[in-house]
Amino acid sequence: MNSSNRLFWLLISLSGALLVAFLVLPIIGLFWVQFGQNAGGFFSALTDPSILSAVGLSCVCACLSTLICFLLGTPLAYMLARKDFKGKGLLEGLIDLPSAVPHVVAGIMLVIVLGRGGWLGGLFECEGTVLGVVCAMLFVSAPFFLDGARRGFSSVDPRLENVARSLGASEWDVFLRISLPLAFPHLLGSALMSWGRALSEFAAVIMLVGFFPMIAPGLIWQRFYTGGLLSSLAASTLFLLVVLCGFVLTEWLRRRYARG
Amino acid sequence: MLEVRELCGTWGQFSLKEISFSIERGEYFVLLGPTGAGKTLLLETIAGFHLPSRGQIRLDGRDITGLPPQLREVGFVYQDALLFPHLTVKENLRFGLRVKKVPKQEATRRLEEVSELLGLSDLLHRMPRTLSGGEKQKVALGRVLVLRPKLLLLDEPLAHVDKPTSERLISELRRVQRETGITTLHVTHDREEALGLAQRMGILLDGRLVRVGEPEEVFTSPASPEVAEFLGVQNIFRGRARPRGRLTSVRIGRLHLLAAGRKAGEVTVCLRPQDIILSRRPARTSGRNVLLGRILDLRDRGAYVWVSVQAADRIFHAFVTRASVSELRLREGSRVYLIFKASAVHLI
Repeated sequence: MNSSNRLFWLLISLSGALLVAFLVLPIIGLFWVQFGQNAGGFFSALTDPSILSAVGLSCVCACLSTLICFLLGTPLAYMLARKDFKGKGLLEGLIDLPSAVPHVVAGIMLVIVLGRGGWLGGLFECEGTVLGVVCAMLFVSAPFFLDGARRGFSSVDPRLENVARSLGASEWDVFLRISLPLAFPHLLGSALMSWGRALSEFAAVIMLVGFFPMIAPGLIWQRFYTGGLLSSLAASTLFLLVVLCGFVLTEWLRRRYARG
Repeated sequence: MLEVRELCGTWGQFSLKEISFSIERGEYFVLLGPTGAGKTLLLETIAGFHLPSRGQIRLDGRDITGLPPQLREVGFVYQDALLFPHLTVKENLRFGLRVKKVPKQEATRRLEEVSELLGLSDLLHRMPRTLSGGEKQKVALGRVLVLRPKLLLLDEPLAHVDKPTSERLISELRRVQRETGITTLHVTHDREEALGLAQRMGILLDGRLVRVGEPEEVFTSPASPEVAEFLGVQNIFRGRARPRGRLTSVRIGRLHLLAAGRKAGEVTVCLRPQDIILSRRPARTSGRNVLLGRILDLRDRGAYVWVSVQAADRIFHAFVTRASVSELRLREGSRVYLIFKASAVHLI
């Protein structure tokens, strides 16, 4: 390796290290303040029913939202990856839109459609209900799943599907035995992104549903606003740990699956 | 068996223009054409992956033009094998049997039969990514053969394997076809592959089927300048080989040639025109083959002259310079000796 090569990689490493430090420091900070200085607070939070129920509700609702994404979004993603039709570009743009909409604007839009007196407001009650939480989460997180899932299906060589067809497989067989299993690691990855996005949604949920039933971000914000850093610390740490566990679990599943 | 009539279709930058041909039951038919000629498109259309804009495909007397691929009883092997990467070799082989709901006992029997035929028994529990290129192709072939399709479509099946493997696979394909009697349509851009396998062949140029016939006749009388240019002018004959010392003696009609190397049985003999020396006398040179013939035709090709010479019941093509044409006073009807080395005679 000559000196210009070395300089090149040195610069790359340095610039990368700056960003990594910026990303990792806050996480280290949170754990440091929590476990280095307020370890007791964390363990008493583990028995605090309001924290547990808020974190639990967030998890359950995010899981439900992700499940809906998975069930309704997988066929749509497959179609987007495989079929060309008029207006496909427009449809893809529309589907991606919610991920670009500012959270508070998403909240306003949801209130117009799903809020009390909204277009679909008569169908079910969103204000103050778990269903409302799931709806708000689904709206902001579905694009993340769809986008990843579509790319997952696109990465499956369509000629593999051709081969399967000529071996006697129907469209159903091809989808269930070839395309879905091959795209599955991507689907898991996108489900994780979508789950993380659903879990972290704050504004849209608060605007559509209100503060109760209380989700973890709501609780943390309320405690931070009324009691400052220390009183919101334990809930934040617990919430972060749950999210990290989700990431680790999905990654583990994905690898296990990829190994076959 | 397979009848294609006036097939037309366009897909991306490839197109098929009024393709008509037919293949007999049990025949090994090779379509030869350069990259981009539409070979894969034609196979995919016969397999039902694309619908033609016009024309008809009949298999075994039945019109299958609009039938979905899963009902066509046509086996397809792509050039890159395309095994299902998430399934073991055994599961790949069993895929078609499973979706077609072939009874378990029968399925197991066919699986064993095909693994034996292709020598796959030791690979059954491997994942596709651990196989070599040649092994992958054999599994892809087996995956199709277990279903006993009426027609086997091979899309450049040897394009992604190295030379020795490709030679081995050619003889394997010949053996499999002989033992199963399966009607086969094989497309390739490789002339040797075509010569080594085809019972009959066609030339596909720019979406058009420009020539169909037995390999010998397609190669030696190319029918049009484009075909000749694509094939290169060649001397190609079918013959019978018999080892003789360190060489091989080949009988072609009434002629006997000596070729380097040892081979036996039916062979295709190739001899490049530029390897033939013309002489008025049976001069003593290092050329082991000396044939007496009569000039049928002389054609100017710029710096060279293309000479057709009849020797016994075969016609040879040779290139000579203009200078030697005048020096040897070659003209139509002249008697000449064709001289070439044993090592210039290539046997397939």
